[in-house]
Amino acid sequence: MSSSEVKHPALNLCDSDELTHGLAGSEVLGFWVFLMSDAVIFALLFATYGVMLPATVGGPTPASEYNILPVFLETLVLLTSSFTFGMASVAMKHGAPRRQLLGWMGVTLVLGLAFLGMELHEFATMFGDNAYPTRSGYLSSFFALVTTHGLHVFFGSLWIIVMMVQVMTFGLDARVKINILRLGLFWHFLDIVWIAIFSVVYLQGLIR
Amino acid sequence: MTQGIWPAVLGRFDWQALPFVRAWNNPTASEIIGAGAALIVIISAIFVVVLISRLGKWRYLWSEWLTSLDHKKIGIMYIVLAFVMLSRALIEAVLMRMQQAAAINNPGFIAPDHFSQLFSTHGSIMIFFMAMPFLTGLINYVMPLQIGSRDVAFPLLNSISLWLTGGAAGLMMISLVIGAFSTGGWSGYPPYTELAFSPGVGTDYWILAVTLGSIGSTLTGLNFAVTIYKMRCPGMNLMRMPLFVWTALCTSVLMIFAMPPLTVATALLALDRYLGFHFFTNDLGGNMMNYANLFWLFGHPEVYILILPAFGVYSEVVSTFSTKKLYGYTSLVLATAAIAVLSFTVWVHHFFTMGQSADINAVFGIVTIAIGVPTGVKIYDWIWTMFLGEVRFTVPMLYSLAFMMTFVLGGLTGIILAFPPLDYLVHNTLFLVAHFHNMLIPGLLFGMLAGYHYWFPKAFGFRLNEKWGRIAFGCWVFGFYLAFMPLYVLGAAGMARRTQAVFEPAFLPWLYIAGVGALVLFCALASLFVQLWVSIRERDANRVFAGDPWDGRGLEWSTSAPPPEYNYAVIPRVQGLDPFYDGKRNDDSYAPPSSYDDIELPKNSMTGPVLGVVAAVTAFGLVWHMWWLAAIGVLASIATVITRSFVRDVHQIIRADEIERTERRWLSAVAAAKPIPREVEMTSANQGLAEV
Repeated sequence: MSSSEVKHPALNLCDSDELTHGLAGSEVLGFWVFLMSDAVIFALLFATYGVMLPATVGGPTPASEYNILPVFLETLVLLTSSFTFGMASVAMKHGAPRRQLLGWMGVTLVLGLAFLGMELHEFATMFGDNAYPTRSGYLSSFFALVTTHGLHVFFGSLWIIVMMVQVMTFGLDARVKINILRLGLFWHFLDIVWIAIFSVVYLQGLIR
Repeated sequence: MTQGIWPAVLGRFDWQALPFVRAWNNPTASEIIGAGAALIVIISAIFVVVLISRLGKWRYLWSEWLTSLDHKKIGIMYIVLAFVMLSRALIEAVLMRMQQAAAINNPGFIAPDHFSQLFSTHGSIMIFFMAMPFLTGLINYVMPLQIGSRDVAFPLLNSISLWLTGGAAGLMMISLVIGAFSTGGWSGYPPYTELAFSPGVGTDYWILAVTLGSIGSTLTGLNFAVTIYKMRCPGMNLMRMPLFVWTALCTSVLMIFAMPPLTVATALLALDRYLGFHFFTNDLGGNMMNYANLFWLFGHPEVYILILPAFGVYSEVVSTFSTKKLYGYTSLVLATAAIAVLSFTVWVHHFFTMGQSADINAVFGIVTIAIGVPTGVKIYDWIWTMFLGEVRFTVPMLYSLAFMMTFVLGGLTGIILAFPPLDYLVHNTLFLVAHFHNMLIPGLLFGMLAGYHYWFPKAFGFRLNEKWGRIAFGCWVFGFYLAFMPLYVLGAAGMARRTQAVFEPAFLPWLYIAGVGALVLFCALASLFVQLWVSIRERDANRVFAGDPWDGRGLEWSTSAPPPEYNYAVIPRVQGLDPFYDGKRNDDSYAPPSSYDDIELPKNSMTGPVLGVVAAVTAFGLVWHMWWLAAIGVLASIATVITRSFVRDVHQIIRADEIERTERRWLSAVAAAKPIPREVEMTSANQGLAEV
């Protein structure tokens, strides 16, 4: 089996670390499958949101609640964090100095937390407007969808911290490398979901 | 307990939550039965604890079983769980049949609320804690052996799935002792299950048990699918996989994509109940139709998650006991895959009467009928496999034959239900109850029991008693027809399902017959336990250590019975569809390898048991609004996962010389065993070596 064989979609370690690359095949495929299963959850939350969009029952509506500027900034922050995680992956793949890897992961973490802070601020603004999830079916579905994504980002951030500690504790052994590959997939996946939220929830809400 | 700190500590628990207190205050038959059930749970738990302590087996149990990551042991534990839960849910079924037989113009002996709990637990347990663990256990045991692998792709995840399922099943048992269960049926339809109509703890027990179980199943599906894609032995391309592996793969894919809708449905219902959201409520924009769609988006594929592995078992059994190659292998594979895909396109037939347009109903009705076609293909393939074969009527084969007859009957009533106009007539009646029992008892239970009889000698090294196997088989089949055929009549006559009392005297004879049928089914279960007991007692006479009691065809028969921890000393290489069957006829199946190597296997881990217990405790805290307990549980789960990620010593090495000793012991037993012809395979002459 040649080392340049592609074992799984996404960044492969084939040229830089043949041994780990061999192990990564089923480990990373398993995580892909998990993400696809998770994607079903998001798809259904999107569908639920779509169905419940008209159920505002005289309460706040998308047009009255969404502010494009802060949400656009959130989007920029999250997209940038995907880029910085990509830099971390490249640093890992090509055996760059460890502090470079840790640095990029640290930047990603800060961006992820900044995203969460901005999102919570958005929620607080909406609450100030009496737009609570208990107000209407529409708001229930909005908060369920966006918060599920937010919780994913929260656990992703926790995972980044754990992986940074592991890089410092174990160095880049096979398990650390494979888990960083998986974490990368997770992080980019959240980005894609967010793009869908930005388009389907916010943009659509504003043009209605 | 309404003052001071107690509400914060105990949440909404009070003494009335205990069935004993309820029975003491209000000693009706219904309450006493409830208290009796709770007492049985408690006494059984104490009995098990005392028994293990008396035998001094705690350490053995912990290190050899509970923390094991061996797919074979995890599979066996799943099946033990399935039998325990089957016993409870079957007894509940008997109680319901007795109640309906007794309650004609009469309140009977079970109160309405208690009756509702019975049908809710019966359904939830049979689907989530009997059927799912049974098929998961069987796949867990057999599939890695059949593909020539040493374990599944993610052994630790496997243990975690088992323990999440176990924790959820534990929650079901706790609901018997503390509080009450849901009265909303196994499908838990809102708005009835919303806070406004079901304020008690029952629905929360249901939500949390089902959610934990469904997460466990999602992870199981992921694990199996990756195992099948990535861990097949050299030479085993997809079209050389045994049919059971194909059905396991399709079931796994269904689990991956069909369990999340259930998780979403129950999670949104939980948001409604715990945080006052409005997904499915009657007011403020809630819409229960969303629940119906989400639930059956899971629920229909679930039917095939349950049935496909049984189809796989039948394919193996029919081929082995007809001494013939499986007829139409490719068509069976295609039919399996077609069923898996179509299963996502029919969910609306579960609620034809709920208000969508006639056109939509027509589309879903047609697709529903279409899904019968690949199933029919399979039936013909099995019949052709038997045609001109030397059919041996062993217990697994008997189950397969009973399945073919009975399942076709159920399929025909399914075609009736698939016509929306006819469905309107029998919707929500016992006709439907008869139909799905007619599908799931032959299509799941008989298959699982056939698999249990077929692979038991492989797992434990001795055959199960034939006589008691036949008695159990007779009771299952006879009991099934007695218990469910009358329900077709009753349903067509308009008797609604889930009725606690009946006001039509004309129903009486049919309900009596069904009641007798339920008792026969109870005897069937009892016979299975007697069979197990008898078989264990006379195990020394029935050992099949050489490993091949049925002249088997797949790789799983090419090792000792039970197989060593590492399954295969040398990973096999296959050239065809029936590698072992062909191999032993070419004299190369029992040849020792030229050399042995060290084998690396996963080390035991307590992560699974800890996560299962912590998840159950968290769920219990949520059910009773003991927020502190739930918070501790969530934090403990996160801490467990993180801690485990820092463990690096996760492998054990089995040394080559130890492997050589084990293999030599087996090979010398094979050499000493007397090959037997098929006529005597059901006698003690069978030492697990087939005459070729």
